[in-house]
Amino acid sequence: MDGPDVGWYLIVAAILFGIGALGVMLRRSPLIVLLSLEIMLNAANLTLIAFARQQGDLDGQIFALAVMAVAAAEVAIGLGLIVAMARRRMLLDVDQASALRG
Amino acid sequence: MGNVIVWVIWFLAAGACLGTGVAVVSMTNPFYSALSLIGNLASLAVLFLLLSAEFLAAAQVLVYAGAVMVMFLFVVAYLGGRADAPWAGGPPLLRTAAVVASVALLVEIVVVLGLAWGDELTDPAEISDSFGSPAEIGEAFLTDHLLAFEITSIVLLVAAIGGVVLGTTREKEEEEIA
Repeated sequence: MDGPDVGWYLIVAAILFGIGALGVMLRRSPLIVLLSLEIMLNAANLTLIAFARQQGDLDGQIFALAVMAVAAAEVAIGLGLIVAMARRRMLLDVDQASALRG
Repeated sequence: MGNVIVWVIWFLAAGACLGTGVAVVSMTNPFYSALSLIGNLASLAVLFLLLSAEFLAAAQVLVYAGAVMVMFLFVVAYLGGRADAPWAGGPPLLRTAAVVASVALLVEIVVVLGLAWGDELTDPAEISDSFGSPAEIGEAFLTDHLLAFEITSIVLLVAAIGGVVLGTTREKEEEEIA
């Protein structure tokens, strides 16, 4: 394989996952939490594709496509929830949205 | 020579990927965060190409950076300035804990990958030129992974219906809101 080994891609994916996790835990705007979730999903996708290349097996790429479809579904539902929250004049802050807390 | 060019492209793409990732997390305005995520997805598509996943790179740009992010930008525009929640206004302890937890997660991932795969990451398998091409992906999807394909379509259908249900205001609610 020309260029970097698969390990380099895995390091980038790990750092990207860490950045995404940091965003999910640190930010309070549900929009940015959702964007950070996308980063985490894409980091996982990068590992799947890197391992697919390493093993010479297409299954990893199929898995990554399924992850993409689930991520699109998640964004549709997440944005629907955020719009519904905004319509009810709720503050867009994940710490304030605690009505379902047990 | 070709090797050097691949390395340069890899470094540019990986750097752009991590830089825009940090930008997504640190921007105050969700609009700029969403724009940074488009850059992030595009540079990831370059990395996918380097891993000979041509179809996935195209899908990433079309579906993700195109369709999904346009939806995102529409919602950000619809919500306007109200969506601008302050940068982590919580107790400083929570912020520190978040940073510590994500660094711990990062270290954990690197250690686990290193322990499990460290020795086997140098010699990638030989692949044919058509590896990751739309034809091969389509064939794998419609033969070995037919069930996953069908389930994916149901997941998307359910999500579309859910989006419509969440986005519709019933008359009673409208009175409450007004």
